[in-house]
Amino acid sequence: MNTESKHTIVAFCCHYCAYAAADLAGSMRLQYPSDIRVVRTPCTGRLEVGFILRAFESGADAVVVAGCEEGSCHFKDGNLIAKRRVNSTAKLLTESGIEPERLRMVNVSAGNAPLFVKAMKEMAETVHKLGPLYLAVVAGSVGESL
Amino acid sequence: MIVAERKNIQELLETLKNHKKILVLGCGTCVTVCLAGGEREVSIIASALRIAGRVKGINLKIEEGTIERQCDNIFIEQTADAIQKVDAVLSLGCGAGVQAIAERYPNKPVYAGLDTKFIGILEERGVWAEKCAACGTCVINEYGGICPVTRCAKHEMNGPCGGSLEDRCEVNPDRACVWQLIYQRLKAINQTEKLSQIRTPKDWSTSLAGGPRVIVREEHRI
Repeated sequence: MNTESKHTIVAFCCHYCAYAAADLAGSMRLQYPSDIRVVRTPCTGRLEVGFILRAFESGADAVVVAGCEEGSCHFKDGNLIAKRRVNSTAKLLTESGIEPERLRMVNVSAGNAPLFVKAMKEMAETVHKLGPLYLAVVAGSVGESL
Repeated sequence: MIVAERKNIQELLETLKNHKKILVLGCGTCVTVCLAGGEREVSIIASALRIAGRVKGINLKIEEGTIERQCDNIFIEQTADAIQKVDAVLSLGCGAGVQAIAERYPNKPVYAGLDTKFIGILEERGVWAEKCAACGTCVINEYGGICPVTRCAKHEMNGPCGGSLEDRCEVNPDRACVWQLIYQRLKAINQTEKLSQIRTPKDWSTSLAGGPRVIVREEHRI
């Protein structure tokens, strides 16, 4: 696999699990593609559909939502809420003409750095197969709020 | 509240494709509560339209805005500047809101971004159910607070029909027969004698059968 950064993959990572797993991956010297841009979130349940769409609009070729393992959310059910939102956003992306494979939710515990790395590699491979989106918003095309 | 649902993004894109600058206008009342046309949904639909447009090579410039009520001129006036700057408006209000905006700005194309469905309530998180058909003459008092006009598939006034299966509706067995609910409710409030009265056919002239309705209250006019 080409590990050179050619694409932009935004990974929204939960502070309590996937973000810690990403950190651990660094400590363990585990390599994952440089396409990944990690954004820390307090909980994946905090993610709104709009955040994911804005990521695509701003030039992301794919988005990964990385939350806690099911049943171990720090806020009880934030990751389950995120799962439903990711599923509905994937449908909205399909409606908008984007492959739903470009959006994925993964569940990674704080201690499972190898799984985090595997998930990121898999998403990078998917994007390498699908190619870039070229959706980055041209300056001025996002309107001002009323 | 009035309950609505978002239209398909491709359908909206087809409607808007000949315009360059669009205002997606939300409404802060009913459609905000039913998660179809409030501030958050304005942002989502605007994003989805920009993405869908870019995928098809259409560069839409989309402004976003939400007012408290689209069916009220006082709030519509707040949109004057924003609407002047765009080629068209995609209203995320109910059918009344879309028409109110269109009436206020007769030279501006105004499109509906939502399908207005019914007057209903939030039954549980993510589930909305129809409760009122706005028929113009409320008969709820005779049926223990449950509306057969809206909730009986056959709009029976002297139900149940012969197709009622135990407590299920024959039109949709997933749904309770409203006449079962009416009986249980009247029993609970000791008014079952109301069911022994034969109700005359309903006067539908107060509903849409008489054309669009207008209420005039002189005491409130200026």
